[in-house]
Amino acid sequence: MAEPVHASPAHDEHHHEQSFWRKYIFSTDHKVIGVQYSVTGLAFLFFGFVLMMVMRWNLAYPGEPIPFIGSLLGDNRAPGGIMLPDFYNELGAMHGTIMVFLGVVPLAVGGFGNFVMPLQLGAPDMAFPRINMISYWCLFMGGVTMFASFFLPNGAAGNGWTSYSPLADIALNGQTAWLIGMIFLITSSLLGAINFITTAIQLRAPGMTWMRLPFFCWAQIVTAFLLLLAFPPLEAAGVLQLMDRVANTSFFIPEGLVVGGEVLDRSGGGSPLLWQHLFWFLAHPEVYVLILPAMGIVAEVIANNSRKPLWGYRSMVYSLIFLGFMSFIVWAHHMFITGMGSVMSTFFQTTTMIISIPSVIILSALFISLWGGSIRYNTPMLFALGFLPMFGIGGLTGLPLGLSAADIPLHDTYYVIGHFHYVVAPGTLFALFAGVYYWFPKVTGRKMNEFLGKLHFWPSLVFMNGVFFPMMIQGLNGVSRRLADGGISYDFAGEVAGLNRMMSVSAWCLALAQIPFIINFFMSIRNGEKAGRNPWNSTTVEWLAPSPAPHGNFDQPIEVVRGPYEYSVPGSDKDYVPQAEPAST
Amino acid sequence: MMDAMFPAAASEHAGRIDNMIDAVHYLMLALFIVWGVFFVYVLMRFRASRNPKADYVGVKSKMSTYGEVAVAIAEGILLLGFSIPMWAERVDEVPPESDATVVRVVAQQFAWNVWYPGADGEFGAQDLSLIDEATNPIGLDRDSEAGADDIWTVNQLHLPVDKAAIIHLSSKDVIHSFNLPNMRIKQDTIPGISIPVWFVPTKTTAQIREETGNPDYVYEIACAQLCGNSHYSMRGFLTVHTEEEFQAWLDEEASYLTGSDDDFFDF
Repeated sequence: MAEPVHASPAHDEHHHEQSFWRKYIFSTDHKVIGVQYSVTGLAFLFFGFVLMMVMRWNLAYPGEPIPFIGSLLGDNRAPGGIMLPDFYNELGAMHGTIMVFLGVVPLAVGGFGNFVMPLQLGAPDMAFPRINMISYWCLFMGGVTMFASFFLPNGAAGNGWTSYSPLADIALNGQTAWLIGMIFLITSSLLGAINFITTAIQLRAPGMTWMRLPFFCWAQIVTAFLLLLAFPPLEAAGVLQLMDRVANTSFFIPEGLVVGGEVLDRSGGGSPLLWQHLFWFLAHPEVYVLILPAMGIVAEVIANNSRKPLWGYRSMVYSLIFLGFMSFIVWAHHMFITGMGSVMSTFFQTTTMIISIPSVIILSALFISLWGGSIRYNTPMLFALGFLPMFGIGGLTGLPLGLSAADIPLHDTYYVIGHFHYVVAPGTLFALFAGVYYWFPKVTGRKMNEFLGKLHFWPSLVFMNGVFFPMMIQGLNGVSRRLADGGISYDFAGEVAGLNRMMSVSAWCLALAQIPFIINFFMSIRNGEKAGRNPWNSTTVEWLAPSPAPHGNFDQPIEVVRGPYEYSVPGSDKDYVPQAEPAST
Repeated sequence: MMDAMFPAAASEHAGRIDNMIDAVHYLMLALFIVWGVFFVYVLMRFRASRNPKADYVGVKSKMSTYGEVAVAIAEGILLLGFSIPMWAERVDEVPPESDATVVRVVAQQFAWNVWYPGADGEFGAQDLSLIDEATNPIGLDRDSEAGADDIWTVNQLHLPVDKAAIIHLSSKDVIHSFNLPNMRIKQDTIPGISIPVWFVPTKTTAQIREETGNPDYVYEIACAQLCGNSHYSMRGFLTVHTEEEFQAWLDEEASYLTGSDDDFFDF
């Protein structure tokens, strides 16, 4: 480590005393905001998981009273503890919404992006610290709105996280709360995206050229562009659907609807498919918003723990940018069976096959990076390695869904649910856990416990597969998604309905497997093994800052002189050469 | 490979779709095994205790590039050889209505209204103001030119075997999805739009019962798109007859039209 140099004058400005509120609640420090985002994200991931565990009761034991909590749910949700289908639909819609928009995105982008990216860039903070604060509080408002909607007289929205019109237009008022919540969440992401992009362009430390950026930063930049360009159409669509609901407009309502025997009192003339186009124009890039930061984390952890440079860094970066671009022109593969002609379906299935190639390149590069390494099996590495085959299954099962003819029997079945859960649950979530274990020392100054970490990883790996793999089998048998009774109303689903019990038990065991993580997380804040600046002997710039990093981040000027992953450089006495250490020549 | 899991196939194009899903899964399996074997080998061979010093350069060969090109070619074959032509057959090559059984299905929360044109082969007019959920859920105008002999049922679709069926799908309220798992047919019903699907059933209900050894086997119609609280039970039935049986069924349904209105509930 180079001799610490005196703090720069710019740094001194940060040293006035701040009140508790300014320092921890309405903070403008990217690290505090990053932690706020992460804690919020983790809390909502837990909440979304609880919703799913309740749903899984009804899938495994349809029509039987829910044990323990059944009597607490109230007669409008579960009379006598038996779940009503309306409540099931609420849980389903809110599980999806919360996991995507309030769980993974806040943790992966708001949390890791905010905390880690400025540090990796060698920046003192984000470019717009106040916008950063506002962005978090918009998210918070969105979260409160979504959470509070469960307590509306008719409950929360229950029209799927996709909220297709006209069902969502004519639904009860939980949907209005959903739309208002979404508008907060979208605003939050837009503000964040502008901030991320500006920070990456303007605040890189001297010498941090584009091809010296850690892959994680590249992933965050591409993600920010996706959010910035894809979310506005959904924000507009959300406002239009809100108008349909509260001002009796007909943006998504066609003429001549008859609901429950009554002609709907609307002028009509709108298009239900317009909503789907606007929704999926966001929601497909959104899939990459969920996965790219995860790939970024995995790349950092794998390079560090295989003690060698990432293999094919440049082609990974180019693939990432290409992936980001392509993600804007594949959205209608979610809509093959809405009545699509052959020209449109040819276009969208071809772009879908094309987008698989850069994903294959990135995944292959991560696998190949391991070759010749000296692999350390610590907890972050186990989660990062677990990500690879799990994301592999998620990606591969996307192939039959992306080909329109093969999609006919598989569309809207559990095969789809299995596919995207492999991408985001044992995929993205494992990567996020890897990130939590990896950067925890930078946040707190202490490492998390390795034994509890392994006790968290192995059962999670087993039970994740126990939940999601049978979904593929159910899907191939034709079982539709979003069935409140798990499919037992249908003969063709009957043979595989029995798998629901095994999946539900796996889900509940998966919850038990998170207990070591929760204990580890809180215990390590105070009692973890003390970590210095660079506990993992890492090369990237964030590890030059003190742990925990002070306001303003660095106590020495940062000048970047080499690429991000100079591990095991021939002729060097250490097996890592930090990015910002003066060259030894 | 996967056939064992699919619902029993009973339409002309089902076999080709199944073969394609099989082919894709073989490709997926091959990729997974290649990656998996490499992965497991690397994890053991290059663990820190066995390989204390990492190699700065790592892999030099171009194997991965060849692999990626091979994946791209395989995907190209799946697209051009299978998926695109099969999709075109589904949506562009609809047989002429004169050679087909033509039916309308009007979806609603939470039932499938099946509408036959009757003996004249022409559908009557539809008038929303006539809709009555108990006696006339499709709003059929019996006084319109072709409306007198039209037949409708709820949740009961009947078709003759080995003859193309063209089904015009629409919805009264929200989006549903008309799913015939055995026929490998799935099509959203979108309110405000009429969308045709077509297929040729190749096995009668009697034949499939014999084949599966299950005397109670029924072809089911399932809703595949969330449509409200009873989405899970929006179940209909398809009965595939021989041509003669189908005609007999139509005649029987038509005979109720001359009787009292109560006979509507006899299905």
